Amino acid sequence: MTTRVSSGRGGAAPKVAPYAFVAPAVVLFLLVFALPIAYTVYLSLFRTEVKGLGLGKGSRSEVFVGLDNYVRALTDSELGAGALRVLGYGAILVPTMLGLALVFALLLDEDRVRARGFSRIAIFLPYAVPGVIASLLWGFLYLPGTSPLNQALRELSLQDVNLLSPTGIYFALANIAVWGGVGYNMVVLYTALRSIPRDLYEAARIDGCTPWQVAVRIKVPLLAPALVLTSLFSIIATLQVFAEPTTLAPLTNSLSLTWTPLMKVYQDAFGRGDLYSAAATSVLIALAMFVISFGLLRVTRSRAFGGER
Amino acid sequence: MRARLGGLPTFVLLLGAAYCLFPVAWVLIAATKSTGELFSTSTLSVGSSLVANLGELHGYRGGVFWQWVANSALYAGVGALLSAALSGVTGYALAKYAFRGRALIFNALIAGVLVPAVVLAIPQYLLLSKVGLTDTYLSVLLPSVISPYGIYLARIYAAASVPEDVVEAARTDGASEVRILGSIALPMMVPGLVTVFLFQFVSIWNNFMLPYIMLADDGKFPVTLGLYTMLKQGNTTPALYTLVVTGSLVSVLPLIALFLTLQRYWRIDLLSGAVKA
Repeated sequence: MTTRVSSGRGGAAPKVAPYAFVAPAVVLFLLVFALPIAYTVYLSLFRTEVKGLGLGKGSRSEVFVGLDNYVRALTDSELGAGALRVLGYGAILVPTMLGLALVFALLLDEDRVRARGFSRIAIFLPYAVPGVIASLLWGFLYLPGTSPLNQALRELSLQDVNLLSPTGIYFALANIAVWGGVGYNMVVLYTALRSIPRDLYEAARIDGCTPWQVAVRIKVPLLAPALVLTSLFSIIATLQVFAEPTTLAPLTNSLSLTWTPLMKVYQDAFGRGDLYSAAATSVLIALAMFVISFGLLRVTRSRAFGGER
Repeated sequence: MRARLGGLPTFVLLLGAAYCLFPVAWVLIAATKSTGELFSTSTLSVGSSLVANLGELHGYRGGVFWQWVANSALYAGVGALLSAALSGVTGYALAKYAFRGRALIFNALIAGVLVPAVVLAIPQYLLLSKVGLTDTYLSVLLPSVISPYGIYLARIYAAASVPEDVVEAARTDGASEVRILGSIALPMMVPGLVTVFLFQFVSIWNNFMLPYIMLADDGKFPVTLGLYTMLKQGNTTPALYTLVVTGSLVSVLPLIALFLTLQRYWRIDLLSGAVKA
């Protein structure tokens, strides 16, 4: 191959080395990402056809059905309901988590606030706790029998709150994710804040700005790119929610085995053994994620860097 | 005025800290209770059964719990180590060489971040089952080694921490590309690669879906999956709840310890790649 590498530097630019260095990652990527994705797309276009009684070898065969599985997935009411449930869950989770992360990051950046070192570690700590374990812990805190919230309410002779009820479960799940994710997002935003030149605040202070005004008018707009990034990652994680509802399900009847679209995919594939439907639904979920991610980046790119809110 | 400004924000921050520490404090207390106490005594009163609970956890099905912890350490430790090495080499190549296909490779890798885990895990399972590799350690390790996010971080980090003229100087001195990578670039990237290692360690340790789909033999389960199966049986055997609580505590401690000791490596700026010293 006679690739001409355009290089501003003098000397011979190496030609083989970069390919050798990226080769292991490319091979693994093809095996672990590209091949399974291609296989999913392939499966999504087929269905098992049973001949006769479906007994014996050769009585089951794969037949090409075009976009049939997609049509069925898109008209599946349970899948649509699951998508709505995840949107409702995300609508509670993402603004709460990022709002709290932003407030905590701004407070950490304020010199007169005390106990900053301790709080930063404490708030980031849940990030080290696996989602499954976090769900177990909160699950016990939600159970009417062990919940300290209800114990406190009883002391005050108020009515019990059941966070494992069909409505409460949205808040119960969102709380687990907020708890686990607020510290990570806080650290990302705080690190971005520390990279803003300090003399910018000094100038504003001399002009008579209060710390509050500095935070709202200077820091928050400058944080916009970091906020876009954290929102994007949060939304992606939200749409992929699986471990938390799966772990809470044994504790409550409010969580069906198809509560989120991903749980439904799992059930289709391994519960009902219908790999073809599961594949079609997987492809649809992946497409939805791409559309949402790029849509968000496109919308925010024009606005996020525009300055004042 | 001055006192109020310092007081309220400090209070808000401490409130956040209390919220985040609360479940950890709860599990510390709950692990000391017997099954009866767990459902009857007040949340904050310490029980007397910690040692008994630990003994019971230890004896549960011939010590399978410790097997789960060891499995988690294996998956996360080996997986994250390989992943950090792979990310370092790939990130360096993507940051420091201009070659045909670079943009394509980078964009494909980044798109990988957006692909939902389940979209990958189910066909990965089907493909691995064709070569007889499901329900093996490899089936969980192999997909964990490549991390698009890790490569993305390593590329940013290589661009920021390996100066162009150092590489040029070594090249002029006749050092081979492999030598430049191994003896100059990678050592310079170590702090960034520790961060990649940590991110990947936590994400493998926390991964639930992949082992949930790949593994059937509970001797190969990571601790998250093991505790989940115990919780599921708790419906019929409430005594297992105590073990789940104690097991949760034991499984969280090593992670918290790792996290606190390597704390300074977490302060990474995702946008510029600059790590504060």
